[in-house]
Amino acid sequence: MPLVTGDDAGGGFEPPSIDDFFPGGIFFVGTPFELNRLMLIRLLAVVVLLLIFLLGTRALKVIPGRGQVALEFVYDFVRNNIVIQPLGEKNGKRFMGVIMAIFFTVLAMNLTGTIPGLQLAGTANIGVPLILAIVAYVLFIYSGIKKFGLRYFKNALVLPGVPIFLTPFLVILEFLSTFIVRPVTLVLRLLMNLVAGHMLLVLCAAATQFFFFTVLADGNPLGLLGIGTFAFNVAFVVLELFVAGLQAYVFAVLTAIYIQMALADEH
Amino acid sequence: MNIVGQLAPLAFGLAAIGSGIGVGIVIGKTIESVARQPELQGRLQGLMFLGIALVEALAFIAIAVAFIPFPKP
Repeated sequence: MPLVTGDDAGGGFEPPSIDDFFPGGIFFVGTPFELNRLMLIRLLAVVVLLLIFLLGTRALKVIPGRGQVALEFVYDFVRNNIVIQPLGEKNGKRFMGVIMAIFFTVLAMNLTGTIPGLQLAGTANIGVPLILAIVAYVLFIYSGIKKFGLRYFKNALVLPGVPIFLTPFLVILEFLSTFIVRPVTLVLRLLMNLVAGHMLLVLCAAATQFFFFTVLADGNPLGLLGIGTFAFNVAFVVLELFVAGLQAYVFAVLTAIYIQMALADEH
Repeated sequence: MNIVGQLAPLAFGLAAIGSGIGVGIVIGKTIESVARQPELQGRLQGLMFLGIALVEALAFIAIAVAFIPFPKP
């Protein structure tokens, strides 16, 4: 597994590089359906997610077992805190499915970043965040247009109660913040969190390996610094687990809030 | 004197100042509010994470700057 990339595999410190996120193809090389390690990890995450939900919800009981309680806890959290709270009961039920799908997709693909053996988040390449952000973008514009028709754009862009000479500037500002900054930040927030997290983990792991197996093996007591980098590595793994959940939460909540803002009557 | 290197980390450093202050204010205000009304802790925590995510976005945009293929002069 290429945890550390570099030309010389023996000795020397090899810092992580951006090439980690563009692994070489494994199957169907040369065709448009080329599968690399990242794609396989994504497919695995989706398959595991589907299996958990299919097997976990196949035989629901009134008195739930341990697995069902765990599943219902997460489902309940997403349902109440992410969907219903901003959107309300009626609209929440309309968008429950898609926001739930976004949350669990992001969560599953984030978690692959810390699972030993995979250690590359499915969302650490621009593909998945981009697709999910496009879904969110289309979703909130669609819900606004469905409710208000073309008046939605007036609602979104023109603020009521603003002096007439300020309106053109504010329209430009609102256009930028609503239709350009929102999707871009959705993509970049998720992507860069995972990219930076992976870099931190690999940096710590590579430094630990370098200190223990190169410096300490040469009999240099400075190699004991590896204990420190290893401790940081463990700490960052915990942090990454937290970030994985947090980013899934934030992505889903922001989608819900954008929909709610599109549906709100007055701006 | 000639200094050779990458400027992108500097951009991230500058952006991190702003979002660092922002995140600090968000968390500090949340702690303050929870101290006043402990029963609102659950909702405030959700709002806090949302606020952090919004403020943090600026720093992450700055990280992304390093990967934009600017034309070489």
